[in-house]
Amino acid sequence: MCGIVGILLKSDSLRPNLGQLAAPMLECMGTRGPDSAGLAVFHHPLEAQLRRYSLRAHCADFDWQHWQTSWPDPQLGDLETQNTHASLISSHPVDHVQELLKQTSADVSLLATGRAIRLFKDEGHPIEISRRCAFPELQGTHAVGHTRMATESVVSPEHAHPFTAGEDFCLVHNGSLSNPYSVRRKLERRGIVFETDNDTEAGCRFLQWRMREGDTLEDAIHHSFRELDGFFTFLMATADKLVLVRDGFACKPAVVAETGDYVAVGSEFRSLAHLPGIAHADVFEPFPEQIYSWNV
Amino acid sequence: MERVTQLDLASLTTREVNQFLHHELNTCQTERVEIQNPDGKHSIAAGLDVEVTVNILGHAGYFVAGMNKRATVTIHGNVGWSVAENIMSGAVRVTGHASQCAAASGHGGLVVIEGNASSRCGISMKGCDIVVQGNVGHFAGFMAQAGRLLVCGDAGPHLGDSLYEAVLYVRGSIASLGADAQQQDVTADDIHSISELLTSSGVEADPQEFKKVASARRLYHWNATERQEY
Repeated sequence: MCGIVGILLKSDSLRPNLGQLAAPMLECMGTRGPDSAGLAVFHHPLEAQLRRYSLRAHCADFDWQHWQTSWPDPQLGDLETQNTHASLISSHPVDHVQELLKQTSADVSLLATGRAIRLFKDEGHPIEISRRCAFPELQGTHAVGHTRMATESVVSPEHAHPFTAGEDFCLVHNGSLSNPYSVRRKLERRGIVFETDNDTEAGCRFLQWRMREGDTLEDAIHHSFRELDGFFTFLMATADKLVLVRDGFACKPAVVAETGDYVAVGSEFRSLAHLPGIAHADVFEPFPEQIYSWNV
Repeated sequence: MERVTQLDLASLTTREVNQFLHHELNTCQTERVEIQNPDGKHSIAAGLDVEVTVNILGHAGYFVAGMNKRATVTIHGNVGWSVAENIMSGAVRVTGHASQCAAASGHGGLVVIEGNASSRCGISMKGCDIVVQGNVGHFAGFMAQAGRLLVCGDAGPHLGDSLYEAVLYVRGSIASLGADAQQQDVTADDIHSISELLTSSGVEADPQEFKKVASARRLYHWNATERQEY
């Protein structure tokens, strides 16, 4: 099954409340995906030379402070921690940070890189993860979340969504792809490295590869209609966009609610019912193979 | 004076509301039930078998008014998947839009969608009447066996794929016909049928403007010599 949610706030005044709006959306969809969950929030981008690295510790009692003392360079960056997750803001490039992780701890993974994205994902019930990672306190311009009921690959934090590739791009998926291995082989021949055997990762890396080759996200999605076989409702975000698309059969649900203040997407209307002004929102079901894109 | 019972899903569970509709309602002489704060919850007012009017005041989720018998249920908002699925009799009206599989497998009764219905509306219908004031999405009337589907707007791709004996009427454009569905001449009986559906659903339209789609009956018999594609 799986649940997807997303929200983009149109005005600055609501942005301090992003987490308060997004967390109940995600928690509500725990009924569709009780085994793992994730949330990506996007902020106004950092300065051009800075990157935010989203990190996850593999054990519940990981001592972030102690880990920080093991850094070869104490000026590496600013670390903000939230239970099992942390965000490192640094001017060092991604390969430096990956090298640091390799040298200092086998218990920390890099989840996302970018100037705008901050990512949390883990195994467990969405309500438990939302509260542990304090999702209601998050601020930002837009967010994308997922609750997973695994059907095609193992339940693990790495297999939870959102998946990321490159910088400031993430994707959540309700559905299943039937040709992920052929997509994967095609991409691996081009030097693209996969972290899991999950079908959604193949979709995510395919789209990011197309963008790297010069496609806009919308062009990349048009390519995906020819290359990706299977069922999908994809919800994607970049630094300044929220993008929704369903495959031609549209077997996987999605509902959109738009007001002057926000646009929100959920697998079911239930997940949107608490949003302010929802009674007067424009609520509609997205058409198959039509790309819906909203800008910050 | 009409006896009305108010039920609030903000404080009651769906099961409590449905248990009232299935059991207590039979003894308390209520003629109309109003259900507040549906908030997209699933299976509201499913399985009714009583002559009563139920108004659901807001958007509802999946399977609302499923398996309906005798009751008249109106949803004042949108509905999720499979509204009035397997309806046996009575009437279900949606004042907003309906998601997939509206009135799926319905045996009897009337389902009215005042907005649009998305894909697979009337899939496998077995004798109910469906009136959609707006448009229907892809695969409307898929494998529909009996009954009538009247679409006042446009129909999406693959209309009436693998139709049996249900009849589909469309006023607007048809994106494409499904396998074995064909447009047929509108007869005097069809005009009568369309008028009846418009009257019973309270929709105003000229019956002469509708096209008729029914089965070409080519799939009724297996032809082993024909080249088959799957």
